[in-house]
Amino acid sequence: MSNPQQLRYSKEHEWLSGAEDGVSTVGITEHAANALGDVVYVQLPEVGATVAAGETCGELESTKSVSDLYSPVDGEIAEINEDVVNDPSLVNSAPFEGGWLFKVKISGEPGDLLSADEYAAFIQS
Amino acid sequence: MTDAPRRTALDATHRGLGATMTDFAGWDMPLRYSSERDEHVAVRTRAGLFDLSHMGEITVTGPQAADLLDYALVGNIGGVKTGRARYTMICEDKGGILDDLIVYRLADQEYMVVANASNAQVVLDALSARAGGFDAAIRDDRDAYALLAVQGPESPGILKKLTDADLDGLKYYAGLPGTVAGVQALIARTGYTGEDGFELFVRPADAVALWEALTEAGKDAGLVPCGLSCRDTLRLEAGMPLYGHELTTATTPFDAGLGRVVKFEKTTNGGDFVGREALAEAAERAEARPPRKLVGLIARGRRVPRAGYPVVTADGTVIGEVTSGAPSPTLGKPIAIAYVDAAYATAGTEGVCVDIRGSHEPYEVTALPFYKRQK
Repeated sequence: MSNPQQLRYSKEHEWLSGAEDGVSTVGITEHAANALGDVVYVQLPEVGATVAAGETCGELESTKSVSDLYSPVDGEIAEINEDVVNDPSLVNSAPFEGGWLFKVKISGEPGDLLSADEYAAFIQS
Repeated sequence: MTDAPRRTALDATHRGLGATMTDFAGWDMPLRYSSERDEHVAVRTRAGLFDLSHMGEITVTGPQAADLLDYALVGNIGGVKTGRARYTMICEDKGGILDDLIVYRLADQEYMVVANASNAQVVLDALSARAGGFDAAIRDDRDAYALLAVQGPESPGILKKLTDADLDGLKYYAGLPGTVAGVQALIARTGYTGEDGFELFVRPADAVALWEALTEAGKDAGLVPCGLSCRDTLRLEAGMPLYGHELTTATTPFDAGLGRVVKFEKTTNGGDFVGREALAEAAERAEARPPRKLVGLIARGRRVPRAGYPVVTADGTVIGEVTSGAPSPTLGKPIAIAYVDAAYATAGTEGVCVDIRGSHEPYEVTALPFYKRQK
């Protein structure tokens, strides 16, 4: 399992891309996707909604469980991934690519996010 | 409980296959090896291999073994022929279900009772408590067996490669002793998936060799190892109840729509059995004024109902409770089993919703099972 070096990671297992024009992409990590099992439903925040770092903004539902989705940063939702709403299995098959969840216009500095190596150490511990 | 989880004889095999393990009734069991959906589909279309060694085996022997079981259980066990099996239940005096069981008659005076892992001790205790006065012996054989199951349409072909036993003559709910891959086994045509399949009771020391032989024999047929997660979605589609969900001490067999397992016309013990009086009342109540009935629910939307979620009308009145729910790989939609007020239990009843964390999602009421295999 490899975590892309260019991303930053939260302890709630979200990843956050670098910002382009102040907009970053958010998804969940492969580690989290594997732990959930087959994802069958995703509920994402609405475009325009305000999200806050560490607060619930959606749900990920797998065969056996429901997990809250957190935002890793403060901001406003710029776009959601309609493909993953229609085909939630993308979260499992391509968590760092086609399975991204939403784009957020960042309104504050991200807090204590982890580097890929720090995240790898975190999930080992 | 602070005890370390128990491990089956196949524990190292599961870990070697990269299984995600989970605690189940005090056992460390494989939840899934890869994708639970792929495992589910494999059982429906090809074959799956399960380790079910956590199930609890209890052997009852002696001249009055049949009489004891007729008294202790709700079914007509004395009427089971040697080599056959029966689905039955053990109830409290008040009629509540202590466990659902499969009883195999291995010989004229020898039965094997298979209990759910979570209830094996309860069943053992209840049988022992009810054995007074009967010329029969109860033996705790939980450690004497490993249990492997091969389930799915390809399972007869796979097993035939490994045994000379007469599988074609082995009917559904029958079991016979035989040799599989050189290993002594009780070969039973039973299972919990809604598919044709076999359950193989073997000595724990033989479990790994048998698992490997089955894996090899099933390679060309597409057999895959399967965990408890897909076992749950398979049984849910097949409308089979699960203890702790559809069946509890708060329900009688009649409440669960399984009144047919209760046999009031027993020839042994003057017809007496534990729970008889309460169950006769439950039968009458279920017929005349059922409070709630067990039904199937199919989601119109995509959100998944979970055990314990309220079943509601559109205006939010609670009319029942979900007992099991999951996305159904075969139907492509979430499904649930639920107890609902009798007035809403007819298939096709409109306006039934499940409260999914505050949102009232529409559901279609349907008869069970959701899935029935083509024979």
